[in-house]
Amino acid sequence: MDIDLITNILFATFKTGTPLILIALGEMVCEKSGVLNLGQEGMLLVGAVVGFIAASVTGNYFLATFCAIFAGMGMAFLFGYLSITLASNQVATGLALTIFGGGLSAFLGTNYIGIGLEGIQVWSVPLLSDIPVIGKVLFQHDPLVYLTLALFALVFWVFRSTRLGLKIRAVGENPEAANAIGINVQQIRFMAVLFGGAMTGLAGAYLSLVYTPMWSDGMSAGRGWIALSLVVFASWKAERILLGAYLFGFASILHLVLQGTRFEVPPNIMAMLPYVATIIVLVWLSSDAIKTKMSAPKSIGQPYRPLA
Amino acid sequence: MPAQESTIRLHLSGIRKEYPGCLANDDIELLVNAGETHALLGENGAGKSTLMKIIYGVIKPDAGKIVWQGDAIQMNGPAHARQLGIGMVFQHFSLFETLTVAENIALSLPAEESRNMEALSKRIREISAHYGMALDPDRHVHTLSVGAQQRVEIVRCLLQDIKLLILDEPTSVLTPQEVRELFRTLKKLAAEGCSILFISHKLDEVTELCNAATVLRNGRGTGRCNPQDVSSEDLARMMVGEDTPLNQNYQKAEGGETALSLNNLSFTPEDPFGVTLNNLNLKVKAGEILGIAGVAGNGQDELCALLSGEEITRADSIELLGQNIGAMSPDQRRRLGFAFVPEERLGRGAVPNMSLVENTLLSSSHRDLKANGWINYRKVREFSRDIIEKYNVKCANEYAQAKSLSGGNLQKFIIGREIEQQPKLLVCSHPTWGVDIGAAILIRHALIQLRDEGAAIIVVSEDIDELYQISDRIGAICDGQLSPVKPTHEVGIETLGQWMAGQFGHDSANPSTVESAHA
Repeated sequence: MDIDLITNILFATFKTGTPLILIALGEMVCEKSGVLNLGQEGMLLVGAVVGFIAASVTGNYFLATFCAIFAGMGMAFLFGYLSITLASNQVATGLALTIFGGGLSAFLGTNYIGIGLEGIQVWSVPLLSDIPVIGKVLFQHDPLVYLTLALFALVFWVFRSTRLGLKIRAVGENPEAANAIGINVQQIRFMAVLFGGAMTGLAGAYLSLVYTPMWSDGMSAGRGWIALSLVVFASWKAERILLGAYLFGFASILHLVLQGTRFEVPPNIMAMLPYVATIIVLVWLSSDAIKTKMSAPKSIGQPYRPLA
Repeated sequence: MPAQESTIRLHLSGIRKEYPGCLANDDIELLVNAGETHALLGENGAGKSTLMKIIYGVIKPDAGKIVWQGDAIQMNGPAHARQLGIGMVFQHFSLFETLTVAENIALSLPAEESRNMEALSKRIREISAHYGMALDPDRHVHTLSVGAQQRVEIVRCLLQDIKLLILDEPTSVLTPQEVRELFRTLKKLAAEGCSILFISHKLDEVTELCNAATVLRNGRGTGRCNPQDVSSEDLARMMVGEDTPLNQNYQKAEGGETALSLNNLSFTPEDPFGVTLNNLNLKVKAGEILGIAGVAGNGQDELCALLSGEEITRADSIELLGQNIGAMSPDQRRRLGFAFVPEERLGRGAVPNMSLVENTLLSSSHRDLKANGWINYRKVREFSRDIIEKYNVKCANEYAQAKSLSGGNLQKFIIGREIEQQPKLLVCSHPTWGVDIGAAILIRHALIQLRDEGAAIIVVSEDIDELYQISDRIGAICDGQLSPVKPTHEVGIETLGQWMAGQFGHDSANPSTVESAHA
């Protein structure tokens, strides 16, 4: 393999990992507050189609990205209203949201299938992007790749050293106790769900405006589900989500590249590589049962209703 | 009681709260003065917890007036209560185990006070030193003992400008020494003008600590009094009513054949926070109650799990009626006549979301309740009804969910379920923990009766008075080791205290020889 190939693989790793990071970080915040939102796939598709339509109609990618974010939040609001305000079963509601999102996005996108867009352009970092290899790998991306890293830093910081992070963890561990010391459990959970929706909407915009600037039914290809399991395997830790998502991206690209070489392994086996590699690494990282237990939100999936 | 001279801090009147099928509070009046340590007495289900939650704003009353320092107020939730200077220490702590002490406390403070964690840690150290409560702000809560967790809750309340501190059965989880430390703290706090609302079943504690008391029975107030002027018997009468016998002295029994023996029982738990058991030797005779005292977390949980079959070990290290049962499953042991009342009622003693009928079936499945593999629900139901009636379990009916019962009533049900299987060996862990006087008397009485019918009984408890009252022989467990076991009347409270602290005297070198002398 020559240096160009390696550069291309690493470059593509960042691109492939980005939507997973966005979805998984949003879901992590949501789960930390005690809400399991299985509707990621549906929110992702709606975000993608709304972003694409907005971009097609207005030609303004900035506006389109915001439309996608709001679409994700709209879906999250629906989920939050049902599962938090009305205390419905989170698993059932989340699954319903995924099915609903799949249908809604297909309906909205009917007239937009087959249209191509230019997509959001690369935003090279001045000077740094001229460095050989590293410049191409790290500093010649579209703005959303950088934004994702900034959002990662934000989430990491919130949980590491802010009161808000403490509140979210408290609500997810023991909502009754949190209520007893005067934390508004419903409010924190709703904010977390809306944040998760915004992140997934943004990931949807990334898919339809950057990764493959077009719309097709079910274009999310299960990324919402992969991100959901990534959160668990990463033991609800932002830095491990980052690692796991990039690892997954790297392995996905690697298997495509290897198929083009004379490497004699059945392609179906190779297609499993990203999943297997990610799971092995993250399971190995989380093998300390006690530490994992410490970071898992204890009351996840349990609706909370303050006493009358 | 006149209280005109002092300032009234909190005055509740006409408080009423009704739940479906249950009138929890009915026209209750409560008056707490500044600097007063006020006891709220009453049996389980008398409405104490409901009343406390109303004061703390967790639940809203259906009717009634709350006057706080002269102003009639509407309580809008715990946050509002905290603003007013009301703090509460719950019976089941409301701490976050995965956070540190300082983080737990920071969460309950206004944002501006918790921004600087270092300054906060310093304040925590100062306050805990001032009130004589050792506390390390940087430790994770799940690594703390129960007593230390309670100190976190109290310090959390003290960090704000506190005017009324509510403690819901604070001593039920503490060792005698920790209780003394807590009382020192509370007395100091009261001397500084803070009012304290102290909920308890234990009358001697109320007499020692409190200078006012309100007694509740069946959701109604039965009067305010000063525990300093009233005898414990009168207080107990006000709580339980006229027709419950209060104190019982039980005949001690000698016991007969050996029913259970532990032979060099050793155990290393998988849980890194568990206690390793070291070479335990013990013989329990049919027809006796053997009491095992000890501070929580000294190996009681591990011992009970080994006896019940939740943990298995070498077959011959536990012998029941001549059979080696150490490697048997709980079900196999139960078939041999073993019964078990665990410490946690909900979760281990009963399945919270299942009805009493279903819970009956869970531990009685080897009885005559099945035919050809089918459950005979009519019989199960009759059996449950018998238990409910005989043990005076207050519940809607036999289809009530286990979690809907109060702690004392559920415990009566579980004890009844186990005893009615006529076991040959019954192991009870904390049989009357958090249970009111009436229920505790009933439970002890049932245990004595079972003993007189020839069963061997092991009672593991932290309630020393209870152990002296019902045990025929007594010993203690400390750090996974058993003290000598001697007839109760030969063991003074000092000796038992030393045993609980791990000082087994010169007998400790080889407890098994002492044991066999009595066996």
